[in-house]
Amino acid sequence: MIKKALTGNEVIAEAMRQIEPDVIAAYPITPATEIVQIFSQFVADGKVKTEFIPAESEHSAISCCVGSSAAGARTMTATSSQGLALMHEILHIAPGLRLPIIMPVVNRALSSPINIHCDHSDTMNARDTGWIQIYSENVQEAYDNLIQIVRISENKNILIPSMVMTDGFVISHGMENVEIAEDRKVKDFVGEYKPVQTILDTDNPFTLGSLALFDSYFEIKRAQEKAIINSKKIILEIAEEFKRKFGREYGYFEKYKLDDAKIALVAIGSISGTIKDAVDSLRGKGKKVGLLKLRVFRPFPAEEIKEALKNTKAIGILDRSLSFSGQGGPIFSEIRSAVFDLKEKLFVLDYIYGLGGRDTTQKEIEEIFNNIELETREDRTIDLIKYVGLKN
Amino acid sequence: MSSQEDILEIRWHGRGGQGAKTAALLFAEAQMHSGKYVQAFPEYGPERGGAPVTAFNRVSDKPIRTHSQIENPDFVVVLDLSLLSSIDITEGLHHEDKILFNARKIPQASCYSLKNYQIFLVDASGISQKVLEKNLPNTPMLGALIKALDLDLEKNLEAFKEKMIAKFKDKGIVEKNIQAIREAYNSVVEI
Repeated sequence: MIKKALTGNEVIAEAMRQIEPDVIAAYPITPATEIVQIFSQFVADGKVKTEFIPAESEHSAISCCVGSSAAGARTMTATSSQGLALMHEILHIAPGLRLPIIMPVVNRALSSPINIHCDHSDTMNARDTGWIQIYSENVQEAYDNLIQIVRISENKNILIPSMVMTDGFVISHGMENVEIAEDRKVKDFVGEYKPVQTILDTDNPFTLGSLALFDSYFEIKRAQEKAIINSKKIILEIAEEFKRKFGREYGYFEKYKLDDAKIALVAIGSISGTIKDAVDSLRGKGKKVGLLKLRVFRPFPAEEIKEALKNTKAIGILDRSLSFSGQGGPIFSEIRSAVFDLKEKLFVLDYIYGLGGRDTTQKEIEEIFNNIELETREDRTIDLIKYVGLKN
Repeated sequence: MSSQEDILEIRWHGRGGQGAKTAALLFAEAQMHSGKYVQAFPEYGPERGGAPVTAFNRVSDKPIRTHSQIENPDFVVVLDLSLLSSIDITEGLHHEDKILFNARKIPQASCYSLKNYQIFLVDASGISQKVLEKNLPNTPMLGALIKALDLDLEKNLEAFKEKMIAKFKDKGIVEKNIQAIREAYNSVVEI
C-alpha cells in the first residue's frame, strides 16, 4: 500500500494503468480530459500494453469500444457531459449486446447554457440505458470503485457495462489523500479477462447484433434486465472480497449515523462528505440526524433502502439534476417510490442543489435538516420540492 | 478562522501562469508526506494567461470530508500585488488572520484596509529573478509560507524535491528552485 495525494483524474488514470485493459478508445472533454491524457502518456512511455485509440468523437469512441469488446478485449473509455450525451445512441447498444465495457464518467452539467462544472444531469440522463452506475464520494472511492467494477461487469452471469462516477472539478481536479495498492495486488484482483464468446473465434461463429422483432426482442430485453438485477448479488460479493484484500468496506450505500436517526438525508457523490460534517455538528446539538449515501444507483437497491430508512420519520433527498417533470429529481422519484409501501408514513422531500457547479456549504446542509424538521412537525400539506441556494 | 477549527484553510491568489495552482498542489503533497490529511483544488474559470486565479488548501490531522468551497480561510497568499486593485483578497478573513504578500513593503489596497491582519512579506519575484532568472514567484512563496506557518523546512524541501525531479527531470532547475525556497524561508518578515 502506497500513501499518495492525487486528484480524482490522476487516481482513475492510475487505476486504469494497473488494470491495463486491452483497448482504450476515447475523445477528450473537460473535466475528464486528464484521465485519457495521463493514460496516453503511460502508453507512450511503454508502461502499458494497451491499444490506445484516439477517436474523432465520443460517438466513435464508444463505437470502437463496442467493436473491441465484441472481439473479446477488456475495453475502457472515459467521458463527461456532452461527450456522454453524444454517446447516448450507443450506450443502449453496449448492454443490449452484453458487452462489459468500463467507463469512468466525470459528472458535469449539460448544455445549454454551456457550463463545465459539476452536476449529475449527464449520468442521470443515461440512467435508463442499461449500464451499472456507481457513484464515488471522494478520490479513494473512485479508485476502489473502478477496481471492483471490472469484476462485476465481466462476471459471466452479468456481462453488463458499467459507469463509475466522480464529481467534476470537486473530485476530478481536487487533490486528496489516497491509498494506492501495489500493481500486482490490483492485477491479481481483477484477473485476466476471459470473454465468454468473441466474434473473432471462427471455430465458434455466432451472430451479434442481429434483428429481433416482436417474436424475440421482448425476451432479449427482459434477459438483459435480469442480468443487471442479478448484478446486485455480485456487487456485494465483490465488495466482500475487496474488503478482505484491500481493507475498505463497500455496499449499495453507506449508512452514516442512520440507525437511530429520525431525520435523514439521501445523497450521492462528493456532497456526502460535507453532509457527514453537518450530521456530526447537529448530533453535537442533540439532533438525531443521519445520512444514507447512495453508491449504487443502477441497479437500484430499493428493498435495502426501504429497510435502512424504515425507522426515520422524514427524509430529504439531495438531487443534483432536474427531471423537468415538476415531480422532483430522479433520486427523489426512485426513493419515494421505494418507501411508498412502508407501514409508517415517511415524509420525503426533495432538495435540488448544486446545478452547474454551485457550491453547497455545511451551513446550507444544516439548514436543510432544520427545514425538514420544521416542514414535517405537523401533518400538513408541504412543499415537496425545494431549491438550495437558488437566487430570487 | 475556518468553519472547522481543526482544519487549516489557505487561499492562494495569483494570475494565470504564475503557478498558484501548482504551488497549492505541491504544498498539499508535501504536507501529506508529513502525515497530514490534505486537499488542494483550484477555482476554475475561463483559462487565460494573466487572468486572476485562486487555488485552495485544507490541511488537518484528521481525515477531511467536506467538499464545499473555502469561504473563511485562515491564511491568504498573494502572488501578484496588481490583484489588489480589482479583487478583495481579504474576503472572508477575520481579524488576526494571516496574509503573505509577494512584496518588499506593505502594499496599499485602494478599497479596503489591511491593518487588521497579520502581514508577512517576502520578495518572491526578486528571489525568483535572481535565482531562476525568471519571475516565477510560486516556489519562493512556498518557502515563505512554510516559515510563516512554522513548518519543518527540511521535511518540506525533501517532498518538493521529489515532486520537482519527477516534473522537470533537469537537476539544475530543481536545485535552483530549492535554493529559491530556502532564500524565501530565510528572508520572509512578519510585520
